[in-house]
Amino acid sequence: MTTTAPDRQQVGLDDEARLGLYATMVLARRFEEAILAEYHADKGPGFDIGKGLVPGEMHLAAGQEPVAAGVCAHLRSDDAITATHRPHHFAIAHGVDLGRMAAEIFGRETGLGHGRGGHMHLFDPETHFSCSGIVTEGYPAALGQAFAFVRHGTDRIAVAVTGDGGANQGAFHESLNLAACWKLPVVFVIEDNDWAISVPRSASTAVSSNATRARAYDMPGVRVEDNDVEAVYLAASEAVARARAGDGPSLIEVHTLRLWGHFEGDAQGYRPELAEVVGHDPIPSYETKLRSDGILDDSRRDKIYQQAGERIEQAIAFAKSSPLPDPSTARSYIFA
Amino acid sequence: MVVTESTVEAGLGGTHRLTTARAMVEAIEIEMRRDASVFYLGEDVGAYGGIFGSTTGLLDEFGPERVIDTPISETAFIGLAIGAAVEGMRPIAELMFADFMGVCLDQIYNHMAKIHYESGGHVKVPMVLTTAVGGGYSDGAQHSQCLWGTFAHLPGMKVVVPSTPADAKGLMASAIQDDNPVIYMFHKGVMGLAWMAKNSRAIDLVPEGLYTVPIGKAKVIRQGSDVSVVTIGLSVHHVLDVAENLAGNVDVEVIDLRSLVPLDREAILASVSKTGRLVVVDEDYLSFGLSGEVSATVTDVDPTMLKMPVKRVANPDTPVPYSRPLEYAILPRQDRIEAAIREVASA
Ligand SMILES: Cc1ncc(C[n+]2csc(CCOP(=O)(O)OP(=O)(O)O)c2C)c(N)n1
Ligand SMILES: [Mg+2]
Repeated sequence: MTTTAPDRQQVGLDDEARLGLYATMVLARRFEEAILAEYHADKGPGFDIGKGLVPGEMHLAAGQEPVAAGVCAHLRSDDAITATHRPHHFAIAHGVDLGRMAAEIFGRETGLGHGRGGHMHLFDPETHFSCSGIVTEGYPAALGQAFAFVRHGTDRIAVAVTGDGGANQGAFHESLNLAACWKLPVVFVIEDNDWAISVPRSASTAVSSNATRARAYDMPGVRVEDNDVEAVYLAASEAVARARAGDGPSLIEVHTLRLWGHFEGDAQGYRPELAEVVGHDPIPSYETKLRSDGILDDSRRDKIYQQAGERIEQAIAFAKSSPLPDPSTARSYIFA
Repeated sequence: MVVTESTVEAGLGGTHRLTTARAMVEAIEIEMRRDASVFYLGEDVGAYGGIFGSTTGLLDEFGPERVIDTPISETAFIGLAIGAAVEGMRPIAELMFADFMGVCLDQIYNHMAKIHYESGGHVKVPMVLTTAVGGGYSDGAQHSQCLWGTFAHLPGMKVVVPSTPADAKGLMASAIQDDNPVIYMFHKGVMGLAWMAKNSRAIDLVPEGLYTVPIGKAKVIRQGSDVSVVTIGLSVHHVLDVAENLAGNVDVEVIDLRSLVPLDREAILASVSKTGRLVVVDEDYLSFGLSGEVSATVTDVDPTMLKMPVKRVANPDTPVPYSRPLEYAILPRQDRIEAAIREVASA
């Protein structure tokens, strides 16, 4: 099934909610733009990945905001998310504290993991958010969180995220099967951005839609062909409702867009469509839509940008002014 | 002419300057030209040329039939390499980071490593598993491990870890030609990558043409009489830095093991019997690993060889932290190495 034209009324997408989706995407994008600038500010001369205030690999999700915003709009902060190596947009959409997240990315003692984790290893027990640098290895853990939610007698759900490349990992298939067998309240999300680093989806994946794979495990599967936040929102509303009602897991694949490199420093020489990519940025196109529907004007837009900007500025200032961890504590937290 | 270490030492044959990554690729190219059954598969090994430059240029020369990008399905493609090897091909499979072994370890240690034994020697698995290891650039706990001790602990596979361009080439050629499964672990910090801090020896002279280095032979890369430092991988360079610094003060002998399996115990014993003092430097975890094995190599034979207890400088059994000051605290860097050498040399 391909979902393109959502019925807004049906799913409660009023003007306020639509502006909320927009604001979430703007917040995620502005945050990543800020991280991008900080990351590259002090890597020179040339580019040395180990240098600067934010060293190491950096996977940014610009272009994929519709997936996070559209799914997370249905979640409560007591629902769980297991995200990927590209986690910031989901963390932000799920309400992870921006300051503590930024501090983790800057390797500070005040960070979510006291600087131990870094950007691929964000753990926030308050919002039940986590992510992993090993492809699709967040899927199994989401099953367990969902299992615990059921055993605790709640209607909480878990969302598991992976990429198009990740859907070829064994853990993906084992997780779908087990979740379906045990009717666990999980929403499986696949961000199909056409690429797994330099390997195009067409060269790695035997099916053109992962909805097919969902069907193989006897669960509803939807492929959202447009990188449109409302289309995602609509698909997710069904999947989340089904999970919350105790009817079991569903899968949503979104054909989204990786606007930037796989990681920072990726020259993307392998990517023939690179020049066209900016033209498909989902944020300006949603903005156009909201303007033509009379919901967004310059002053509202400016306010959303200003609010996002202020929050991000504060978060980054908090990170930068926080102390680095004391080297003598490197072995803290290995055991409880 | 097949150039070996001894022909090079005798000054025969030409050399050229290459990065470690380029030297590794050169060995693969030569073997692929010589032997049509050699092919390379893994993630981003084609157009990208390997995230750490392990396959740069191979696709252009050999095409997508022999330089193959795979799905992110390590169990499937490493298993495929095993099966192809069983049928007489010589695959090279790349596990992008050694840290990812978790998703495919069964194929590696229950199959690749055991088939020859279980078949009573009837079935050979002549394949190479290449993988990137090591930290020092803030890649966090899932992308910075060495883990060679884990592979070496599991019987049935050879484990090599080059630290110089010439060894990267010679060990790769030997690994491809070997009839056993060989894990070839390249430390990111020795590859000479443009986008990562380089040690000064990451570009060096490499013998031209076909060149092999025997698997299982350590190399004394610096002669000395006071303290033996046994090490491997990027740590070799940190130790050399320290040894050069201490020259005139402490005369340090540096042994680059180059292989964990087989382990060149004779080289360790020969050096320690001369110096009576041993420091082992290992970026892998301290406990149950290489540093303990090297120490036991001496004490099993003759503990009285040692004038001082052995010092081990390794990762203190800590997941590699992201934040730089924490990571630097747990890595065997120059400061910790120097302190250990001074302590062992002191009495
Ligand atoms: C098990 C495992 N194999 C390989 C990798 C290296 N790796 C990190 S991200 C990535 C590509 C992932 O592609 P996809 O799932 O499509 O996500 P995207 O990066 O496109 O968001 C790869 C191969 C890894 N982290 N874990
Ligand atoms: Mg992808």
